[in-house]
Amino acid sequence: MAALVGRLGNGDLKGLIARNGIFIAFVVFMIAFGIGVDRFLTFQNLENVVKTTAIIGVIALGVTVVVLSGNLDLSVGSMLSFGTVMVVDLHDKIGPGAGILVMMIAVLALGAVNGLLIGFLRLNSLIVTLGMLSAIQGLTLIYSGGKNVDIDPSTQDTTWFRVFGRGEIAGVDMPIIIFFALAVVIGMIVAYTPYGRRVYAVGGNPTAAVFSGIRRNRVVFSTYLVSAFCVGIASIILGSRVMGSQNTVGQGYELLVLAGVILGGTSLLGGSGSILKTVIGVLILGFIQNGLLLLGYPFFAQWIVTWVVIILAVWLDVAAKRGRLLSPIA
Amino acid sequence: MADITATQDGSGANRFLHWIIHHPIWAFVVIVFIFFSVMNEHFFALGNFKNILIQASTLGLIALGMTLVMINGNIDLSVGAVVALAASLTVDIMGWPMFEGWGNWQILPGVLAGLAAGVLLGALNGFIVWKTGVDAFIVTLGAMLGVRGLVFVYTEEQSFFAMNFAYSDFGASSLVGLPTLALIFLVFTALVHILLSRTVHGSNTYAVGDNREAAVNAGIRVGPHMMINFMIVGFFAALAGITLSTQMGASTPNLGTNFELWVITAVVLGGTKLTGGAGSIIGTFGGVLAIQILRNGMNLMQVPAFWVLVILGSILIGVLFLDKQLNRKGAEELRL
Repeated sequence: MAALVGRLGNGDLKGLIARNGIFIAFVVFMIAFGIGVDRFLTFQNLENVVKTTAIIGVIALGVTVVVLSGNLDLSVGSMLSFGTVMVVDLHDKIGPGAGILVMMIAVLALGAVNGLLIGFLRLNSLIVTLGMLSAIQGLTLIYSGGKNVDIDPSTQDTTWFRVFGRGEIAGVDMPIIIFFALAVVIGMIVAYTPYGRRVYAVGGNPTAAVFSGIRRNRVVFSTYLVSAFCVGIASIILGSRVMGSQNTVGQGYELLVLAGVILGGTSLLGGSGSILKTVIGVLILGFIQNGLLLLGYPFFAQWIVTWVVIILAVWLDVAAKRGRLLSPIA
Repeated sequence: MADITATQDGSGANRFLHWIIHHPIWAFVVIVFIFFSVMNEHFFALGNFKNILIQASTLGLIALGMTLVMINGNIDLSVGAVVALAASLTVDIMGWPMFEGWGNWQILPGVLAGLAAGVLLGALNGFIVWKTGVDAFIVTLGAMLGVRGLVFVYTEEQSFFAMNFAYSDFGASSLVGLPTLALIFLVFTALVHILLSRTVHGSNTYAVGDNREAAVNAGIRVGPHMMINFMIVGFFAALAGITLSTQMGASTPNLGTNFELWVITAVVLGGTKLTGGAGSIIGTFGGVLAIQILRNGMNLMQVPAFWVLVILGSILIGVLFLDKQLNRKGAEELRL
């Protein structure tokens, strides 16, 4: 289940394709765009795409953990607005270090509210996080008084806070490094630790998980902390890159993130999927956007293509599992 | 609201209790109604009630269709995008040169195109859910992005303005003493209520949501049935887009953003279960009114709009919590 790549050598080519369809699609897709579009497969362009995808990507890592445990988190978009506004606003007031600390605590507290309601009170995650989406958007506006915030222009080039969004190490942009580093850490935890196995177990079969002695409530609670933590990191990157923030900066992110997670092949029912798949899913979304722009299509054409791609991807996944293309519903 | 108190005074105090337990949202509606009537002098006025109904009509129309889809155990996240698409199509097409000589009739092809787009997209969603077996949440999430993309590409990110003022006059008009938009909402509420509670399609809606396998075995053609409900919600989303644009005499490509969230909130407040099989139009109507009375009342009391978001979110979660407590099956439920 947790295997990053489906087990080779069981001879079943169809099953192999079904399990790893997303990787094959990714390679085919990259080759096709590479041939069809000049400038697509240049290091500069690839770096650019990954950099712009990093914020959605970081959030998607946390959301994947939530989805693996069989729940949803629609509050991440609002939470991103909240975190970004807060970290930018506090930068000038109490300094970047303290600002980051306070923001992370605040965001984790919001995640804890999600976790308490869904993990311990056992409420439906879709509705709870929908309510939180609205409530956190309100909190953000109350906090900022409805005004946009920004970091004092005179310090924008000197503050060390700029490193998260604008810095680079050995020529690689910092958002990319943060994204991949976090992906490796969370990917390892999910795939190779007892905690990760508990997340899969709770998502795969909650009843069986509880009977095997897993404390379901705690596991679910913790996944929302992971999700909130990732949103906090994304807020730092976003705030640092823009050096300012609107109150609605994260609006709609929850669905773009979810689109990436689903496209990667993580099941919304829980118990099946992986961090690597999500990384690929999110990157595909980024490359679709980039490729279409390079081809001269309007920016929003990517959404139409994403629509088709998501449904095709999930359809093939579902069809492979049931062994027939069309649903048996009359 | 008058008939609620009437039943209470009459013989059936028990029946009222029974009714209110099944529609707790109406207790909430009455409470906020009384609260704002006492707290604000401008709230309890006929003009304001008309206002509330007009404001409620947009979300309310979509919520009617969403109730059917959610009782089916499905969901439609694409309604907000359909609102924008229908509004943009309608306002744009009625300004096409080929309809110039039609007088006020030039509005008709626009409206028909807008409604047709909604029904077609609903049919597409329903057809995909039926044939592929992919969860409606995912199908309509994709459509939500894709249709919004269509809107932006079609409009080239521009707003359209209705040059024929009969269009915006319609939005401000009244019929038999009621604002026309409110009347449209009330009439459709009654129609969908009858559809859901008095027809075969209605009982099938519950059956499919309650147990899809059993519904198939009972001979219900589940696929086409679900598709029809998606077409109904598509129709209502398009209608809401058109009525909303008559209020402004214009359409913007961002119209309807987040409507899906508000509509789902209203429907869930009204007692419809996300898992399907339970819900009612009376409940949904209460949910829509609750949201709109809160918005209107808090607006009149000059509560910053920000707080309305926090309070609505909290109420949604609170209702979910109460619902779980009230409907707990007791000892038979395995506490995991």
